[in-house]
Amino acid sequence: MCLAVPMKVEQIEGDPDDFTRDQIAVVTMDGVRKKIRLDVVDRWPEVGDYVIVHAGFAIHSLVEEEARRNIELIREMASHMPEGILLHGGGGDS
Amino acid sequence: MKHIDEYRDGELIRPLVAELRQSLTRPVRLMEVCGTHTMAIFRSGIRSILPEAMEIVSGPGCPVCVTSASHMDAFIAMAEIPGVRVAIFGDLFRVPGSSGSLANAAARGAQVEVVYSPMDALELATRHPAELVVFLGVGFETTTPGIAATILAAAKDAVDNFCVFSTQKVIPGPLEALMQDPDLNINALLCPGHVSAIIGAGAYQPFADRGLACVVAGFEPADLLNGLIMLARQIAEGRPKVENLYPRVVSWEGNGRARAMVEEIFEPVDTEWRGLGFIERSGLAIRDKYGRYDALKRLDITIPASAEPKGCLCGEILKGKTIPPHCPLFGSRCTPANPVGPCMVSSEGTCAAYHKYGQET
Ligand code: SF4
Repeated sequence: MCLAVPMKVEQIEGDPDDFTRDQIAVVTMDGVRKKIRLDVVDRWPEVGDYVIVHAGFAIHSLVEEEARRNIELIREMASHMPEGILLHGGGGDS
Repeated sequence: MKHIDEYRDGELIRPLVAELRQSLTRPVRLMEVCGTHTMAIFRSGIRSILPEAMEIVSGPGCPVCVTSASHMDAFIAMAEIPGVRVAIFGDLFRVPGSSGSLANAAARGAQVEVVYSPMDALELATRHPAELVVFLGVGFETTTPGIAATILAAAKDAVDNFCVFSTQKVIPGPLEALMQDPDLNINALLCPGHVSAIIGAGAYQPFADRGLACVVAGFEPADLLNGLIMLARQIAEGRPKVENLYPRVVSWEGNGRARAMVEEIFEPVDTEWRGLGFIERSGLAIRDKYGRYDALKRLDITIPASAEPKGCLCGEILKGKTIPPHCPLFGSRCTPANPVGPCMVSSEGTCAAYHKYGQET
């Protein structure tokens, strides 16, 4: 039940400062469209951003570059490793 | 989504596995405390490539699994009150209380609805004005803000036939209690990913100060391996600290907006965890100010004393003291189709994970 998934924001209804209106985003992932709530998100997203969605609520929003920066980090780690490791590093000798 | 696939890239994984072997100069016994990590570790096959000097135990990271039998019994008693419709997350449906589950209650005619979000439960209340809709709140820091927001929405729209039975729990206190247990001998923590999005990586600093290596990591194989490498390195160097390897989701401070909303609605209360017993201030109760949304105030229900299912070792498993194959009921009397304990019911439970991925050790 703890699963939280990143979904792309397509449309936003409501306003971060107006609590009299519902705060809703339409998000998509793999062709699935969903309405989710923005009440507790840390940063109000823009269309095109990603949000981490848990039980119908966005809990965190991130721009695509943020997502990519982390990938770069891991890439970089891998590239700094001695070549021997790259050659001999196997998937499983257990 | 493309950037997720890249974390599963084999080219990325192999050197990380090699690096883990190299970093591991001293034994690491780490606890992970997130149901999604439990599943991700199995699914990625990481257990099968773990060097001997590294041991992973699963802690009380699945909210369904730590829901006490007494709370389940109270849920079932509520569902059976005429005029009450309970709304639950699907995982709860088959969790056994001391006698039977919500599924049994539903078969006897109780109104039990599975919802995806607490907001859906509020909507149910609007659609069934003659009934009292009770949302059975189970979950950690990730789930609680949404429940708080739902109560605020109910207050805003003056929906009066909606309330919540809160068994919401917080992670750091119980973790602290477990870490004090000398039998467990844990020296590293793989901190939960999405709970940390709310409480922030900074919440683990007290653990690091007491000598535990702490890493916050995501759920893809490369995320996980990276986390294990950092833990191994911290221990090899004898310099425990908090490292955040999931900055795309977790900040040092966490999500203050969500925490403020939780603070508005809930207050700390002692609560019972399955297997761990009562832990001080580890639960969240609805404040008096929002008492009309508190199921315990609206309905005449007392929470009975817990009676755990006979023979079930969930308690020991949730403490990381034993593993599912050591339970005499595992795989025979207790299977996902016919679960005895909550660790087998929840898809993120440790018993369910061992059963699904056939891990024998
Ligand atoms: S295998 Fe079943 S009975 Fe044994 S500890 Fe796990 S859930 Fe309980």
